[in-house]
Amino acid sequence: MRFPVVYSYCFVVRTLKIKVETRHHHGHDVGERLYIHRHSVVHSLPAHPKIIAALLFIFTVVATPITWWFNFLGYFVLIVTVAITAKIPLKTLFTRALIEIPFVFFAILMPFFGKGEVVSVGPFDLYQEGLIAAAGILIKGTLGVLTAITLSTSTTAREMLRGLEKLKLPTLMVQIASFMLRYVNVVNDEMERMKVARESRGFTATGIQHWKVLATAAGALFIRSYERGERVHLAMLSRGYTGVLPHEEPPKLSKSIWFTALALPISAITILAISLGINK
Amino acid sequence: MHIPDGFIDLPTSAIFAAASAGAITYSLVGARKQLDEKSAPLAGLTAVFIFAVQMLNFPVAAGTSGHLLGGALAAVLVGPYAATLALTVVLVMQGFLFADGGLSAIGLNVFNMAVLGVWGGYAVFLLVRKILPKNKSSISIAAAIAGLISVPIAAIGFVFQYSLGATATFSVSAVLGAMVGTHILIGIGEAIITALTVSAVMASRSDLVFGWENKTSTLEIRN
Repeated sequence: MRFPVVYSYCFVVRTLKIKVETRHHHGHDVGERLYIHRHSVVHSLPAHPKIIAALLFIFTVVATPITWWFNFLGYFVLIVTVAITAKIPLKTLFTRALIEIPFVFFAILMPFFGKGEVVSVGPFDLYQEGLIAAAGILIKGTLGVLTAITLSTSTTAREMLRGLEKLKLPTLMVQIASFMLRYVNVVNDEMERMKVARESRGFTATGIQHWKVLATAAGALFIRSYERGERVHLAMLSRGYTGVLPHEEPPKLSKSIWFTALALPISAITILAISLGINK
Repeated sequence: MHIPDGFIDLPTSAIFAAASAGAITYSLVGARKQLDEKSAPLAGLTAVFIFAVQMLNFPVAAGTSGHLLGGALAAVLVGPYAATLALTVVLVMQGFLFADGGLSAIGLNVFNMAVLGVWGGYAVFLLVRKILPKNKSSISIAAAIAGLISVPIAAIGFVFQYSLGATATFSVSAVLGAMVGTHILIGIGEAIITALTVSAVMASRSDLVFGWENKTSTLEIRN
């Protein structure tokens, strides 16, 4: 009696598939490359308390003297806890943190130059001062990147913009940013089509001699973007745009929401305060 | 290259955030005057253009490639006010949505690339345009020199911030030499691409180029 088993297996797969297809919309545009949809406390928080929390946390990290190693261990545990609460896979979190690699090179070179005390590490003679500075850059930079990734992975681009608006980013800037998010895919697709067109004519860019072709494409992209901007503007005017976009006033946030969001920086500041007391 | 968190100390970051905020406020006023209510969609699409064109790879040699930074290009094409706003938005979005550049360092990055790069490049552009004869090819040459200068100017901004508040041990003169040296090389690439792009736009829609004040062709009435 194998058949029913196979049949039921297929059935489960099919229902699962249907379930996947009927889930609510999960935005995954170019503007939201980092966002991962999950149902978590971190995701459900409004954007502006989250942004404030992330900034305060980063300020605390940056303000801590680099020789207080245990503080950084505490900060690290805190931000990873938040990432786990947000159901962000740790592998994703750390792969994305690789974005700061260019500055890692800067830091790696540092112990080789400098003055003062010399420490021998394996075959190398390293300057202690440079070693400490390099560790500082790496540790603080990594904590900053982990925080920014946790924020952007748990907040959609649209929410982030609304949050920045609440935090008094000038209206014109918010509008520019929202146009950018709305059209980034359109313009990217435009660029992709131009690339396909170039390649289907047998073009491959191999060196500087091909820059003129690519720059002409960039120029054409500018003209098309600009003209699109004009069309969008006229369309907006014909719908009654006067320079401000309508938006409803969101309800006031309760104290518990603020407290949940600010738990991260409050814990970090507590750690800093305790170590300030110890190091006095 | 975007400065990460913890590289420059907080007081220095705060000073440059304030300076950037001032420059942005000035650009907001200027952009409103220059573009009226059109400013939002046009600066928005300029931001998209800069964002997209930074992903366009220009092969150099042996598998390496570079991309445009776009400060001088944006200033020549849409004017320095809208260019500052567009580049600031690109940097803020890169920081908040892509974790590229530290969140506590946004003021530093905006100051170098959206303020120094744009306004430094535009000042050079105006200067060169004044010297050269008033024709279309002068605009491309002026844009090239603006592109060339805008990149090391931004690098010098970084070195200045480094000298004020870095936790690193390299001497300021060494950093200055290394940064300006490499960024002049990058600037040469930027110059070529900026000039070629500007001349491509000049060829088909010269009316869109902000830096081309076409005062010579007024409406002609023929009888």
